[in-house]
Amino acid sequence: MLNFLLRRGLATAPVLLIVAVIVFLLLRMTPGDPAAAIAGDAASAQDIARIRMQLGLDESILVQFARWLGQVLRGDLGHSFFYRMSVTDLIGQRLEPTLSIAAVTVVLTVLIALPLGVLAASRRGGRLDRFIMGASVLGFSVPVFVAGYAMIWLFSMQLGWLPSQGYSRIADGVGPWLRNLVLPCITLAVMYAALIARVTRASVSEALTEDYVRTARAKGIAEWSMLLRHALANAAVPIATVIGLSVAGLIGGVVVTETIYAIPGLGQLTVDAVLSRDYPLIQGITLFFSLVYVVVNLLVDLSYLLLDPRIRY
Amino acid sequence: MALHLSPRHAAAAALSALALTFGAGAGAETVLRTVPSSDLKILDPIWTTANITRNHGLMIYDTLFAMDEKGAIKPQMVDKYSASADNKVWTFTLRPGLKFHDGAPVTSQDVIASLARWAKRDTLGQKMYEAMDSIAAEGPNGFRMSFKQPFGVVLDALGKPNPLVPFIMPKRVADTPADRQIEEMIGSGPFTLAKEDFRPGDRIVYRKNTAYVPRKEPASGLAGGKVVHVDRVEWVLLRDPQTQANALLNGEVDMLETVPSSGYAGMRTNEKIELVDVMPAGPYTVVYNHKVPPFDNPKALRAAMLAINQEALLRAQATFRDFYKPCISIYLCGSTYASDKTGFYTGKPQFEEARKLLKESGYDGKPVVILLPGDSPALNKLPAVYGQLLKQVGFNVDVQTTDWATLVTRRTKKDLPENGGWNAFITFWGGVDASSPIGYSPLTGNGDQGYFGWPTVPELETLKSKFIATTDLAQRKEIATRIQQLVLDNGVLAPLGEVRAPTAVRRGVITGLLPSPGVLYWNVQKKQSPQ
Repeated sequence: MLNFLLRRGLATAPVLLIVAVIVFLLLRMTPGDPAAAIAGDAASAQDIARIRMQLGLDESILVQFARWLGQVLRGDLGHSFFYRMSVTDLIGQRLEPTLSIAAVTVVLTVLIALPLGVLAASRRGGRLDRFIMGASVLGFSVPVFVAGYAMIWLFSMQLGWLPSQGYSRIADGVGPWLRNLVLPCITLAVMYAALIARVTRASVSEALTEDYVRTARAKGIAEWSMLLRHALANAAVPIATVIGLSVAGLIGGVVVTETIYAIPGLGQLTVDAVLSRDYPLIQGITLFFSLVYVVVNLLVDLSYLLLDPRIRY
Repeated sequence: MALHLSPRHAAAAALSALALTFGAGAGAETVLRTVPSSDLKILDPIWTTANITRNHGLMIYDTLFAMDEKGAIKPQMVDKYSASADNKVWTFTLRPGLKFHDGAPVTSQDVIASLARWAKRDTLGQKMYEAMDSIAAEGPNGFRMSFKQPFGVVLDALGKPNPLVPFIMPKRVADTPADRQIEEMIGSGPFTLAKEDFRPGDRIVYRKNTAYVPRKEPASGLAGGKVVHVDRVEWVLLRDPQTQANALLNGEVDMLETVPSSGYAGMRTNEKIELVDVMPAGPYTVVYNHKVPPFDNPKALRAAMLAINQEALLRAQATFRDFYKPCISIYLCGSTYASDKTGFYTGKPQFEEARKLLKESGYDGKPVVILLPGDSPALNKLPAVYGQLLKQVGFNVDVQTTDWATLVTRRTKKDLPENGGWNAFITFWGGVDASSPIGYSPLTGNGDQGYFGWPTVPELETLKSKFIATTDLAQRKEIATRIQQLVLDNGVLAPLGEVRAPTAVRRGVITGLLPSPGVLYWNVQKKQSPQ
């Protein structure tokens, strides 16, 4: 186990380095100049050239990369060209909304998807199964912006129950925090629950055909106990994998949802950074996202140990 | 009948009264929530020409002079001023009692340092300092400017409303080199920046500066008494137009600084919302690259200008007739220097003449590259329509879609279009930018030193210098008209007409918005929602 963690830890460094190099080079190859964006529309070419020099963009790519890498190795992701704040601080500011969305969405998703998936598997081929699977196809097919606007129209504009936009920090009270999260998280949970319900149904269905289930049934174990303690427990590994990927996806950027609900999360920050060619910010966020994927994957792998004692690393 | 209270009841009553007092105080805070027209990323108003940074500057800084709603420059921080008969010596005295947000008095040393930093970045400021012999303090509240040659636009420079605005900062802040952004946001304006609440890309919060002493005159445009009626102004950044509309209808924000044409249809008929014309309309212009073929040839250039159909272009971009207005003057129609003396240019297509000129120009049929900023809803339809108009004349057109960040980089290139250069792009100007020859950035004739497109029209620069030297309005108008004729004859730019973007407020909740180049938050009152 320790050996496994050590190997994974060591494997992370080259992954991050490769990501860093690719992102750095791609950004420099992409047209668009942050200096021109900073200077504004009425600025002259001389103004832009001066800003390029001040930002160090007139130096060779190699020098720029070496300087940035040196900073990163010292734990400093640099400063945003536009906001004049450290990239770490900016990511920190935007992390709370993103983590909040991810956490609440995952909880909602699991609460909806697992029972529905297990129920569909237990009634395989029946009306309920067909209904749940049909609904899950619908849930997965409806674009997030359609679901989002529909929910705003109903719950905010018509019923007036919930705010149509914005994010309230958890420090300002759990009530307002949750109120602002309900609609975006339901919007996302509809899609993720549909996906996970289908995976759950498939895994549990497969488990239900195994010999140990037949044995359990022959021994007269109650159906619900057999479903939850035997079939679901044995089908948990692929479900955990999909949930893990969903978490990484939610942290990695739910841009459309954040835009519709005006949530100042990491997805929105990424889009802003890309549109304005804020190189240090894009580089920092990309590294952060890479790290998130590596960590989530590691946690998913570790969860296999708990879910299936036969697995050894 | 006497009222008898037990000590316990008396204490409870006292506590209730206290709670009511403080509760009322806290609850009575008036918060105005508004959606700005773009994200505020750069806080130093001398660092960028972005309008949103200028608007931020107007909240926390004050200016020596300011433009009123009729376009006249009026004293703001200045109490008295005078100019010598030859416009070579100007003296100023500051209003008594001016204070920065940290309580320090505003002195002439602060003013001199602020103007020096501003002049290093602003084009008009640079011209002013080039013409200047000296600027010196006369006591704590007075200063004098002496010029080597007559300089008639001192007030226009000190009261200019378009970026870069000469905001007055404390000397210690203004001493920051002009090529480094300032760190401390201290001004003497009617609001203070709540830095602890500043969430980049999300929310910017300003508080009323309770120590601010407004001028006695009523507010007018950027001038007059800046009386603040709200305790707190929150700029809430909402990117999506539908989200903006929802938030306004739901009462989650009180106003949208600008309504995009896409949201107009739904809003103008909604009884909860009132559309107000705060900011003047602004013009669209085509900018041609004079460095590369075919627009290095005057005949091809004129052919391209003769293809312009303002009505068709504006209808495609702005959709609603009450959003746009054709205008052939290079200056904002209705402004002081607007003129109908435009020579050949009518803003209506003259295809026959254009085809003839294009043939005479010897155009070789190589693609004419027009840049289209796909991510800019205010500009992204014009290039395609203009491309079609040019095709009708005989140009081979290649409309290349890109994002705005790429466009602003690409327009700096002087290469041939096939090597990453360009032939034309279309952009938008604030009405105040286009109201005078000296503040209008693309009106340059000094080739490589000038605005993108780099036209060489030496007489244009000479005329601008003459404009700067005089204070006589009739003379200025005459020079401005001659500048317009030169600009059109030489294809420095071509005006495509004007568009406006109204401000949307919750009806009956927000009042007191002042006509101005940007949305201002003094004089604005917020009432409780009628819902």
